Parts: sequence; structure tokens; C-alpha cells
Amino acid sequence: MTDSRIEGWGRTSVVGQELSFDNLEQSPPVLFRGLGRSYGDSSLPPSANPVVVNTTRANRMLAFDSATGTLRAEAGLSLLDLHRTLLPRGWFVPVTPGTQFVTLGGAVAADVHGKNHHVDGCFGSHVRRLKMRVADGRVVECGPDLERELFLATVGGMGLTGQILEVEFPMVRIPTPWIWQESERVGDIDEYIEKLKESSAKFPMTVGWIDCLTPGKHMGRGILMKGRWAHSHEAPSKFPSEPPNLRFPIEAPEWLLNPLSIKAFNFGFYWKHLQKKREGIVDPFSYFWPLDFVKDWNRMYGRRGFTQYQCVLPNEAGPGAARRFLEVLTKRGGASFLCVIKDCGAESPAFLSFPKPGISVALDIAIRNDTQSLIDDLNEHVLKEGGRIYLAKDTFTRPEHFRAMEEKRLPKFLAAREKWDPQHRFRSAQSVRLFGDAP
Amino acid sequence: MKRVAILGATRGMGRSLARRFVERGDFVAVLGRGEDEVKRSVADLEARGVPGTRVIGVACDLEKPESFKPALEEVEQRLDGLDTVVVTAGAFATQEQLERDPSLAAKVLTLDFANTVLFCEEARKKLLMRGGGTLCAFSSVAGDRGRSPIIMYGAAKAGLSAYLEGLDHKYRKEGLVTVCVKPGFVRTGMTEGLKAPPFAGEPEAVADVVIAGIDDGTPVVYAPPIWRAVMTAIKAMPRFVMRRVKF
Ligand SMILES: Cc1cc2nc3c(=O)[nH]c(=O)nc-3n(C[C@H](O)[C@H](O)[C@H](O)COP(=O)(O)OP(=O)(O)OC[C@H]3O[C@@H](n4cnc5c(N)ncnc54)[C@H](O)[C@@H]3O)c2cc1C
Ligand SMILES: NC(=O)c1ccc[n+]([C@@H]2O[C@H](COP(=O)([O-])OP(=O)(O)OC[C@H]3O[C@@H](n4cnc5c(N)ncnc54)[C@H](OP(=O)(O)O)[C@@H]3O)[C@@H](O)[C@H]2O)c1
Repeated sequence: MTDSRIEGWGRTSVVGQELSFDNLEQSPPVLFRGLGRSYGDSSLPPSANPVVVNTTRANRMLAFDSATGTLRAEAGLSLLDLHRTLLPRGWFVPVTPGTQFVTLGGAVAADVHGKNHHVDGCFGSHVRRLKMRVADGRVVECGPDLERELFLATVGGMGLTGQILEVEFPMVRIPTPWIWQESERVGDIDEYIEKLKESSAKFPMTVGWIDCLTPGKHMGRGILMKGRWAHSHEAPSKFPSEPPNLRFPIEAPEWLLNPLSIKAFNFGFYWKHLQKKREGIVDPFSYFWPLDFVKDWNRMYGRRGFTQYQCVLPNEAGPGAARRFLEVLTKRGGASFLCVIKDCGAESPAFLSFPKPGISVALDIAIRNDTQSLIDDLNEHVLKEGGRIYLAKDTFTRPEHFRAMEEKRLPKFLAAREKWDPQHRFRSAQSVRLFGDAP
Repeated sequence: MKRVAILGATRGMGRSLARRFVERGDFVAVLGRGEDEVKRSVADLEARGVPGTRVIGVACDLEKPESFKPALEEVEQRLDGLDTVVVTAGAFATQEQLERDPSLAAKVLTLDFANTVLFCEEARKKLLMRGGGTLCAFSSVAGDRGRSPIIMYGAAKAGLSAYLEGLDHKYRKEGLVTVCVKPGFVRTGMTEGLKAPPFAGEPEAVADVVIAGIDDGTPVVYAPPIWRAVMTAIKAMPRFVMRRVKF
């Protein structure tokens, strides 16, 4: 088999082989990858043994209990496939990220979070059982009450502890497939954060977008969105139709995204929300997964691609943390299309799960010559504030910054990994970069 | 509502097709050789099927012709009838592998031609006895013309296509509709590791085309459909050109 380019969602790539198997137990003991929606190098193989196994053919549901919602399925099943079957019957995943193009294995390995993090935590907190194949070839079951150390290292462990074969978790009953949404325009970052915290007390789902280009008085003006599942008396009685698929047609030239076009986008997005407040019923597709309407939208960033920087600024950093972060960003002139800010709830016991109480900030950044130094500056700042970064998005963080951010939790993770995979069979381009694995 | 038996529903295009059937309420019997694989696929189809759908698993091995008749009988009994039989099971190996290994060649030729025909014969008898039905078998575009990278596999599929056409001529008036599916390159376990040509298809999209073909009783279904045009062009090529080109 010939080598080809294997890409992360941000288009960072390595040359290697991506093998697929119908039966994952027949695969070699190397890193697994799902739909490749992690932005950076988490799902890319290391350079010395550039082989990854794609799991997406292992996509069977193995048991669904329509009384309790408990589902067991093969790890390559995508949320898209799952919802196409179960959403019309009134079931939804307990946690969804901003795209349906993720596999169950990827959702566990990154311990993904969604708009409901402040009440429901991460995906991994709902998982009851994982069936895994570990480095010595054994197939083991683990969960919160079984082989707990392996479980806590695997949830959020970015594929480094073993291969997830099956996942068991409860689907959640929803009253209707529609969402009641309220949104409001907010004048600056401090007001945004205040309103965000206020809304979280009232709504199970919150998220928002801010303009991170405008400096000064209006810095961080944005749109805050809150939602909950609609009750049957408020919602349309029909099932919402899936939106038509568009495709980003070409690899865009690098100049498409420049400070001016990004500013125009931010300006437009803000003022599109003309009234100060809006409310009403929206369909789940545009509410949860608006980016899924345009296939291959990552081509918008051209050949060099982009990176997403996502960090959490903890409550301990005190008030003004978001403003301080934006100041560092605007000083660097770091232009971003989207800056998403969301509050996080309790920290998971999983050793490397990303969120902790505070606020999460996520920015898409087109890769340019100064990107490394921009990320370095942001990381220095986040470190000072006691925060940390999200591995599923990362391409540029230096190992010393990562280690400093994870000083307390990393030893537990490393100890578990030493026990289950002492030879580091399961390693990625990212683990070579951040954990010091041999290439 | 149909009662469908599928040999090969555990993976690939057969898996996708079986899902399409249960998603609209048809009853499906998963015929297969591996007990565990069959069980897992039955579970998948049960979870996906609309409420009221029935799904069963039945042992049947394309390498064992003696398993064909009892398998179809079991389906008929357990599903209270049978009106559609699909066979996607098959084997593939590259021409290089087949030239090197005669026992592998014997296996591929036997499974893809002789045993598939024998299975279809059992299905034919059963369906005719019941007053008719649809028999859908997966041949290949590889059977449309002798081509250097797929000589033996193509020959087996050519034989299968010819058999299916003959059946259609003889039995359609008696109520037995034959559907010969000719997939082009489709990304499944069978083609893993092979370099995908342009117009490579996905099993889900193939399933949509095939289920429409079964519903309409289309005698020959190309999937993805673009392959009909591609094969028309290839069939029209003179021999001296075919000798030179690599496909
Ligand atoms: C548009 C968009 C929006 C997003 N929104 C969010 C969001 O709101 N919240 C959030 O948390 N994330 C979000 N993400 C990130 C995404 O949810 C995660 O990166 C997720 O892990 C992707 O799943 P995947 O199947 O594509 O995994 P991949 O990207 O293929 O792999 C991700 C990691 O999981 C590991 N892995 C995958 N499958 C297995 C397995 N079976 N066994 C062991 N390890 C495995 C890989 O080794 C790798 O380390 C978003 C991504 C995109 C593109
Ligand atoms: N993929 C292509 O590009 C392509 C192109 C042209 C034609 N075709 C033809 O289309 C058909 C389906 O192909 P596919 O790509 O979907 O194949 P696939 O993914 O390899 O699936 C093959 C299926 O056949 C079953 N099977 C194999 N040997 C069997 C046996 N001895 N007894 C019972 N079942 C057996 C397998 O079951 P197990 O789970 O037990 O292995 C599996 O369910 C085949 O006839 C193939 O020749 C495919």
C-alpha cells in the first residue's frame, strides 16, 4: 500500500498510511483515528512508524434499550449516523460537540464538551463501559467502577492508552427535537461574561461569540445564545428537516482571509443581530452543528490551513480574566474569524479532561509565519492565569508549556500509561511533540 | 413490506443495504458464516429498524453449498415468508495474487461463480415455489469486459452476469425478477489498500441505488450509476487499444 497525506482538520499533515478494518481487533497495535475532526496532530501517526487505523467501518449499534436509552455501539459510529436513527425517536446524545462528524471513540478520547457543559459535564462523564484493546493485545472492559485507572486515563487520553473498540452510554430523552433559543447582543467583554454566568443559572445550554478584533471600549462585544429543548406545546409538530449539503468548492487562496475580511465578518455577524434580544424556536441542526452545513469548510483557510486555540481560564484567575486574554490577543493583532466563549462547569476526574470551572475561549487562527510565536504568547499568558489548553485542538503548544499547565494531573496519566502501554505503542505526532515520546 | 434474506449483510455494501431495508420497515434475515458477526449485525439492524421490524440471523456459508437450502428454508419459516433474496457475499483477490496462487484462484472462481450460482438456484426454486419474488445478486463491472488487471475475478463475474441475464429472460414472466448489480469501485473492506480510481463510491450511496433497483425490478443496476457510461465506453474500445491501456 502506498503512503498518502493524512490530515488533521486544520490541515496539518504527515505522510503515512491510514488503514481501515471492518474488525478492529484485527488491526495492528497503533493509534486509532475516527473522523479526523481534531484540529491538530492528535490523530496523526508518529513519523518513525507512520501508520494509523481508521475506525469508521466499525459503526454498528450493538444494543439499544428503548426503555432506558442505554446504547452500546462500535467506536467508529458517528454522531450523525446515530442521530439519523435515534433523533426522530426522541433520543439525543448526552453531550455533543459543535459537529456531528465525530465518532464515539473520538468523543471519548477527547472527552468532548458541548453547550451544556456547565450542567452535564463532558461526554466521558456519561460513559458506563468501554471495551478496549490494550498494548499487550488483551481486550478489556473498563468503566467508572471497573479498571478505573485505565478508564480515567482513556477518557480525554487522546488514544494514548489503547484502542477503544466499543462504547456504552445512555442516550437522553428529549421532549421535542426543537430548541427554544434566546439570544442577545452584548456591548463588551465584561458584560458578556457577567451575562453568561447569569444565563447559565437559568439555561441548560449556553454559548456565545465575540468580536475579538475591536479594541478599547467595545472590546469583546458579542452575541450570547442560550437554549433549552422546546416543549411540545411550543414546537412544530413535524420533524425538522436536515439542511441541504453545501461544499466549499476550492482550496481558497491565502489572501482570502486577511485582517480586513475578518473584520468585515465580525462586524457583519454582530450587526446581523439587529435587535438587542431575540427569541424563538430553532432546529437542532443549525443550533448545535451550524458548521456542518458546509462540507470541507476547512478549505477556506487555503493550503497552509489553520489552528484552533482553545484554553480554559479558571475561576481562580478572578474577574477580568477574559478581558486580559483579549488584551494579549489584540496587542498581537491576532485576527480570528470566530471567537467562542463558554463557561465550564465542574472538572471531570478523568486525568486529562480539558474543562474546569471557568471560561473556555476558542479562536480559529489561519497559519502564518508568526503563528508559533502567537501561540507561545497566549500559552505564557494562560499559564500565568492558571489555565490550560485543549489537546484536541492543538498543533503548536510547546512541551514545556503543556507540562507546566498539567503539572498536577500529568503524573497520574503518565503512571497509568506506563502500566498499560510501557512501550508507547499508541503514540501520535502530538504525543511525540508534547509527551516526549520517541518519534 | 418485504421479507428479505441477505447473504453478505455483515459488512460492506450488504450492511448498508440491510440498513436501508429495516429503516423502512422491511424484515431482514442476515445470512452469514460467522456466528458472532451475524449476531452483531442483527443487533445493529434491530436498533436501527423502525419499531415492528423483524431481524433474524441464520447460518449460511458461501463455501458450503449444502448450507444454502436449509438457510433459505429457515428464513421462510422464521419470517413467515420470503420474497426477496440478495447476495452480496463474494471474494476478491488481485490478478497478481491469483496468478501466483492457484488454490486462491480456485477459491475465488468457485465462490464468485459456481457457489453464487448454486445459491441463486436455491433462491430461484424457493421464490418460484412461493409464486415469485426478487433475486438480486452482486456481480461487477469487472465482468463487462476482459481487462488485464482483473482477468480471473472478472471472468467469474462475467459468468455470473450471464447467468443472471439468462434467468431474467426465462423466469420474469413467471414472477421471478432478477436484478444484477454491477458495482464499480466502492470503498469497502474488499477494496482496502487498492488505489481508488475516479468515481469511487461509498456503500451507503450504492445501497440507495440498489434498493431503488430492487423496488423497480431493474434488470441491471450500475452503482454508482456513472459506471454505466464508463463501461459503455470501455466496451466500445477496440482490442488494440485495450491491449495497450492498463485498465
Ligand atoms: C467544527 C468542529 C466543531 C467542534 N466542536 C467541538 C466542541 O464543541 N467541543 C469539543 O469538545 N470538541 C469539538 N470539536 C473537536 C472534536 O469534537 C474532537 O476533536 C473529537 O475528538 C473528534 O472526533 P473524531 O472521531 O474526528 O476523532 P479524531 O479527530 O479522528 O481523533 C481524535 C483523538 O481521538 C483518538 N481516537 C479516536 N478514536 C479512537 C478510538 N476508537 N480509540 C482510541 N482513541 C481514539 C485519536 O487517536 C485522537 O487522539 C470540534 C471539531 C470541529 C471540526
Ligand atoms: N467493493 C467493490 O469495489 C466492488 C466492486 C465490484 C463488485 N463488488 C462485489 O460486490 C459484492 C459486495 O462487495 P463488498 O465490497 O461489499 O464486500 P465486503 O465488504 O468484503 O463484504 C463481503 C460480505 O460477504 C460476506 N462473505 C464473504 N465470504 C463469505 C462466505 N464464504 N460465506 C458467507 N458470507 C461471506 C462477508 O461476511 P463476513 O463478515 O463473514 O466476512 C461480508 O458480509 C461482492 O460480490 C463483490 O465482488 C464489489
